[in-house]
Amino acid sequence: MTNSSFTWQRGLIYTILLAFAALYLVPLYVMLTTSLKDIEEIRQGNLLALPDNPTLYAWTKAWSSACTGSECEGLAPFFWNSVRIVVPAVVISTIVGALNGYALAKWRFRGSEMLFGALLFGCFIPFQVILLPMARLLATLGLANTVTGLVLVHVIYGVAFTTLFFRNFYVSVPTELVKAAQLDGAGFFAIFRHIFLPISLPIFTVTLIWQFTQIWNDFLFGVVYSGPGTQPITVALNNLVNTSMGGKEYNVDMAAAIIAALPTLVIYVLAGKYFVRGLTAGAVKG
Amino acid sequence: MSSQRRPSGSLERLLPKIVLAPTTLAMVVCMYGFIVWTGALSFTKSRMLPQWDFTGFDQYERLFNNPRWDVALSNLAIFGVLFIAISLVLGLALAIFLDQKIRGEGAIRTIYLYPMAVSFVVTGTAWKWILNPGLGLEKLVRDMGFTDFEFRWLVEQDMAIYTIVIAAVWQSSGFVMAMFLAGLRGIDDSLIKAAQIDGASPTQAYWHVILPILRPAFFSAIVILSHIAIKSFDLVQALTGGGPGYSSDLPANFMYTFAFNRAQMGVGAASAMIMLFGVLAILVPYLYSELRGSNRD
Repeated sequence: MTNSSFTWQRGLIYTILLAFAALYLVPLYVMLTTSLKDIEEIRQGNLLALPDNPTLYAWTKAWSSACTGSECEGLAPFFWNSVRIVVPAVVISTIVGALNGYALAKWRFRGSEMLFGALLFGCFIPFQVILLPMARLLATLGLANTVTGLVLVHVIYGVAFTTLFFRNFYVSVPTELVKAAQLDGAGFFAIFRHIFLPISLPIFTVTLIWQFTQIWNDFLFGVVYSGPGTQPITVALNNLVNTSMGGKEYNVDMAAAIIAALPTLVIYVLAGKYFVRGLTAGAVKG
Repeated sequence: MSSQRRPSGSLERLLPKIVLAPTTLAMVVCMYGFIVWTGALSFTKSRMLPQWDFTGFDQYERLFNNPRWDVALSNLAIFGVLFIAISLVLGLALAIFLDQKIRGEGAIRTIYLYPMAVSFVVTGTAWKWILNPGLGLEKLVRDMGFTDFEFRWLVEQDMAIYTIVIAAVWQSSGFVMAMFLAGLRGIDDSLIKAAQIDGASPTQAYWHVILPILRPAFFSAIVILSHIAIKSFDLVQALTGGGPGYSSDLPANFMYTFAFNRAQMGVGAASAMIMLFGVLAILVPYLYSELRGSNRD
């Protein structure tokens, strides 16, 4: 675009870009270095200093013995709570979304477009408006404060997004393919399995990553619908940071924050392309 | 689709509807039904438990007479405007710079976007430490020799809301950058060249040629950012806890506190309905134009 003779301009652009890259990285750097310092060094030194004697004390404590309210077992139990909530919720909402999206894209019937519109709208409602009745429903079903209850909530409010993703992906598959398969006698599920499933790897990846990130990072449903033994890691992290027993251990807070962020960060680093695609698909189109 | 005359069994023809039935049911009950439920609740005296004696607009009156709700609304205005404006400007600038055939673009993009992968609770925790008055940024700058430097926004009633802006911009501006970059990639290079041949400077070319084309991206970004702003809850909870006092509360935090900690269900429901109307006011025009646009092709 710009001519390469404007070298000083390009130099300026690179400087700005790199300066901002540094700025975006600073919080992660601070978290990491703080988590490796002991509390004495945190008091003496400053935010940006590298740790003199790196120690894993804060990490062990954050994982297995820090207090998150009245109990002091670290984040480990809550990490596994999150896994137990996220895995079924992601799998179920993705499968349901795939079938919904397929039906809405290629098997239209009277009212199916309206159904899609109504569902799309659901992606946007502020959840505050459903919090109270959902709490009543979960209590009625005997699912209050349970992992199952949280899975259910995440599936119900995640399906709007997953349906949207798959529907928009499948809409571009030529309808003639479906027609031809129908002439050959293939039905709804056979066509899905033999024509749609084989081309669906990218959209499955996008949807799985999107759902995983959303549900792992959820705080609102977690704080409202979980009990003492079923809290997800985001809620436990918030409790850990706000539990003031003895002196404030910022190194433990930071180690805990990294532990809570690690799964989604790892996925982002490994599959960033799909992550970004989900963001733009979920956001721009929906 | 006209497959009515296909010989396949009637069950086969019903399959799409059967597949969609559970989702439809869940949607009707748990989205629209629940909205009606919350709406109805906001007209009752409910406190601890729902009770169905209607009192008209009493709860809305109480809501708007509550100074804490006032604070939450004006905080939303401050936060919303600053968060959206800064994210847009920053996102657009970074996107334009990144679109200049930059070496290592992929790596830089990855860095700008990674905050989007972590939760608001993690973001809040990190910034709570960075901005803390005792040992954080303030001490860092003092150690550099500026011994009078003060940075105590986190514990100042009037300033706490701005720490939310900082953290939220850090988290979301990379995403805005990605949206604008996607928009820029869709624009033909020759447009800029043509403008430059006509004597426009690169800046002018961007201002007069590219920005108007990016209008849809602006539109989407503003809708998404305002949506994030109205729903913001976790970040406040983790970064300031709504404090000092309730000076950095946003509507979502108000709703949570009144509905679940204060046993004031009616007021909580009323505040949730106001939030819903806020989202609708932004969303309906947007969805309307989106759907009209997509029906055309």
